[in-house]
Amino acid sequence: MKYVDEFRRGDIARGLAAHIRTLVQPDRQYRLMEFCGGHTHAIARYGLTGLLPDNIRLIHGPGCPVCVLPIGRVDSAIALALRPDVILCSYGDTLRVPASNKMSLYQARAQGADVRMVYSTNDALQIARDNPHKQVVFFAIGFETTTPPTALALLQARQEQLANFSVFCNHVLTPPAMRHLLAAGDAVQLDGFIGPSHVSTVIGSAPYAAVAEEFAKPVVIAGFEPLDVLQAVAMLVEQINAGRTEVETQFSRAVTHDGNQKARARVAQTMTLRDSFEWRGLGQVPHSALAIHPDFAEFDAELRFALPYRHVPDHKACECAAILRGQKRPQDCKVFGIVCNPDNPLGSCMVSSEGACAAHYHYGRFVQGATA
Amino acid sequence: MSKPYTRPLDLKHGLVNLTHGSGGRAMAQLVSELFAAEFANDWLAQGNDQAILPPPGTRIAMATDSHVISPLFFPGGDIGSLAVHGTVNDLAMGGATPLYLSAGFILEEGLPLADLARIVRSMAAAARDAGVAIVTGDTKVVERGKGDGVFITTTGVGVVADGVKLSGDQARPGDVILLSGTLGDHGMAVMSQREGLGFASPILSDSAALHTLAASLMAACPGLRLMRDPTRGGLATTLNEIAQQSGVGMRLQENAIPVQASVRAACEFLGLDPLYIANEGKLVAICPPEQAAAALAALQAHPLGQRAAIIGEVVNDAHQFVRVATDFGGERLLDWLSGEMLPRIC
Repeated sequence: MKYVDEFRRGDIARGLAAHIRTLVQPDRQYRLMEFCGGHTHAIARYGLTGLLPDNIRLIHGPGCPVCVLPIGRVDSAIALALRPDVILCSYGDTLRVPASNKMSLYQARAQGADVRMVYSTNDALQIARDNPHKQVVFFAIGFETTTPPTALALLQARQEQLANFSVFCNHVLTPPAMRHLLAAGDAVQLDGFIGPSHVSTVIGSAPYAAVAEEFAKPVVIAGFEPLDVLQAVAMLVEQINAGRTEVETQFSRAVTHDGNQKARARVAQTMTLRDSFEWRGLGQVPHSALAIHPDFAEFDAELRFALPYRHVPDHKACECAAILRGQKRPQDCKVFGIVCNPDNPLGSCMVSSEGACAAHYHYGRFVQGATA
Repeated sequence: MSKPYTRPLDLKHGLVNLTHGSGGRAMAQLVSELFAAEFANDWLAQGNDQAILPPPGTRIAMATDSHVISPLFFPGGDIGSLAVHGTVNDLAMGGATPLYLSAGFILEEGLPLADLARIVRSMAAAARDAGVAIVTGDTKVVERGKGDGVFITTTGVGVVADGVKLSGDQARPGDVILLSGTLGDHGMAVMSQREGLGFASPILSDSAALHTLAASLMAACPGLRLMRDPTRGGLATTLNEIAQQSGVGMRLQENAIPVQASVRAACEFLGLDPLYIANEGKLVAICPPEQAAAALAALQAHPLGQRAAIIGEVVNDAHQFVRVATDFGGERLLDWLSGEMLPRIC
């Protein structure tokens, strides 16, 4: 398959891996956090860890959209979905996220809620057009990658005066989360970041400069294909060896310095920065999420349905918080693979295949082989 | 036979209504003008509540399968042909020669009779092609909104020759795993037709009766351990089932597994894995290594097995893991499918 297979070639991977082995200094540790779930998935899916020398450690970051969604927000979505007048539209993975009282959107659906899985905000708009007597709510989640489609849906809804459409906005932002991870008192020791791929096509490489400078950590923005990740590792090792802390772009076929300015303009027009937002695992992170802009308040589901927000603590045995902060690995969690598995996820990291736990469960657990 | 109906069934514009399932004249008319006419065979013509069949052999195989597919019609097939193929294949995978089918229809009030006729004709044609007779059946009608157009359950009976012992617990370390063709065609053909997915593709379902392919394979490979058709859950699910039943592990070569370029592209686009997508006209076979070449040749010589391939081997593994050696040089676990297959977000 053109434009895909080129980035998955085993011979090039082996060459890159050999090159990385020549670059690393044996007495040095390289602790690299891949921020995005897409990277986590590629690393697990293609067994990249096995290709790297032992003193390079890849640490999974919080960049999995469903993983960082706090339980309270999912509870609100479930409450909305259970209203008889509401059709809740959501991206696929979200349906399985465990919430309070053993509920999930899947469970809500079994109880009669009208929950529709959509591939695009256009589908949600169409459902609103087709069901004028229902309230159609789009459960918007995701990082900067998924914000422009939500922005366009809001603009389209305004243009069509689609009064029965609204958005429950839970979009979160990458650079504030990176900053938060590095600034935390119990911060995990990191030597560099594999920076977001699709996110950066929207926001560009510029927003990471402050993080790189302030915390003196190199950032290499990398694509989601396995060769992208390996090349980014090589670039990070070179920066660390040279003592550089720059923002570099490996994913130069899609990422520019300023990103997609049209998309950013639409987002700025329709959404506004929240003072603070709860992330699962990270807690309250200042200026880390978007709400619907006051100019578009008529389409804001939080206002339309007067949704309250309640903080709900994670399950006591669940280590998602430490895993999302890079402090623990999935296999360090007592319930990993036993009580918590993809069929019965206790924590959100086990839900999406981008989640650190699910990725390790699906692709890598034979490596230490102790959980079958 | 005189028919006490004033007008024939309106197969062009008519709709299924509750009287078609209520046991009265309308139901009798539907059965005789559509089902009995299309499935035409002596057993059905007797018009009794049961088909009385001659003993087919010393060992009979029996299988049942319910079909609830949406949409009813998809590129490469429809629920009617699928209902025949599904059960014929379940019999054939045990080494049985399929002989008879029963068909239970649950119709939703409002279903156009034209659609029903199209489905029944397709079913009749599939049964004729497969050499099986639909010898008994049942029809019920449910109120509008309580069904999805039509649900069909077929039960099949076949005969198994003496000495044939194919079973999911027969795989042994060292055995070779064969696959009869490309993966994911059926699932992606159906998905491309679903509402709200918004992609067009030329992918056709592979829905087909596999009993002649299975028979050629059995003839060429007397040591054959087992066959199975990787339907729901795809190849990954089928191999995990076999690994568990036989208490073994498996090691596959990713680049040996045939997948059509269009299916790969659609999967890539939607964030799905072709190894988990349903097939309706493929079989997985496991055989001793010394017979693998003959088995592969037999599969490839059959029209339904032209793209057959050896995809891996059975290994010792206390964890019963199915592993895939990736083209990339790494290894990954091919796990059971969890929940429904959902697209990723980012």
